Amino acid sequence: MSTPIGSMLAEARRRAREHADFDGFVALVPYARFLGLRVEAQDGQLRMRLPYRRELIGNPALPALHGGVTAAFMENAALLHLLLRLDEDRIPKSIDFAIDYLLSARPQDCFAECEVTRAGVRVVHTQIRCWQDVPERPIAVARAHFLLSYPE
Amino acid sequence: MDKSTFHAALQQRFADVTPHVAACGMQLTAVDDNGVEAWLPFREEWLGDTERGLIHPGIVTVLVDSACGAAVLARIADLERIATLDLRMDYLRAGLRDHDIHCRADCYHLTPSIAFVRASVWQQDRALPIAVSQSAFMRAGRRGAAAIA
Repeated sequence: MSTPIGSMLAEARRRAREHADFDGFVALVPYARFLGLRVEAQDGQLRMRLPYRRELIGNPALPALHGGVTAAFMENAALLHLLLRLDEDRIPKSIDFAIDYLLSARPQDCFAECEVTRAGVRVVHTQIRCWQDVPERPIAVARAHFLLSYPE
Repeated sequence: MDKSTFHAALQQRFADVTPHVAACGMQLTAVDDNGVEAWLPFREEWLGDTERGLIHPGIVTVLVDSACGAAVLARIADLERIATLDLRMDYLRAGLRDHDIHCRADCYHLTPSIAFVRASVWQQDRALPIAVSQSAFMRAGRRGAAAIA
């Protein structure tokens, strides 16, 4: 049995897989839309982009992006990655999230890639890497656990 | 500047000096020697799951990172540039639609180079946190410090 969000997710997933059109996915998550996150496909690999805008700045004196924004972008990257890669018909629930900051985030676009390290029946472990210039020079790395199905 | 003047300036200028804090409508509601309390009014934009009306954990992390940074400055009671080294979030229960989000952040240990912070996040009842957090910040001196006062 499919839930209303389940059929919307299925349709967005179909458009993403058949036409590489990811806008429907971002539209389903209001906070991802607020951040301005975009999903791109690069050599079969999903890549998330956070286009720079001034409202994302945390310290104007440096200037640097807000550390919370980098974290929130990476949490969104993991969530959207799971929605696209797994056939869930509900939004996975975050259990925990841990981020290590490596470099200050400059006022330019950020990119993120997510890897599912282990997908259990109920719990998924993901690792996320975020960079600005080249993937080999990450500005932050993070891990997150998600709960796939849980009793109401 | 004495401590209470600094704390008052921190509370007042929190959003002015941080564009993203202003963009989210976040405010400090209290500042004391060890930490701060922050308040984030609810918006539909904060939702991650519209079906169940659940707040996205990412915006909770933004609130926590902001409040924890302010808690470090409250404890130092002086202008200094700080950078988050690491931050962990435990999402104890889902955040719900239509309710504002509150955060208490305490800098419980400060060394000349590092600040250690804990935080708790709740909506209607402080005793029922939706998230708790642990983080460490690097103290990076006065250069590039946000002009709070």
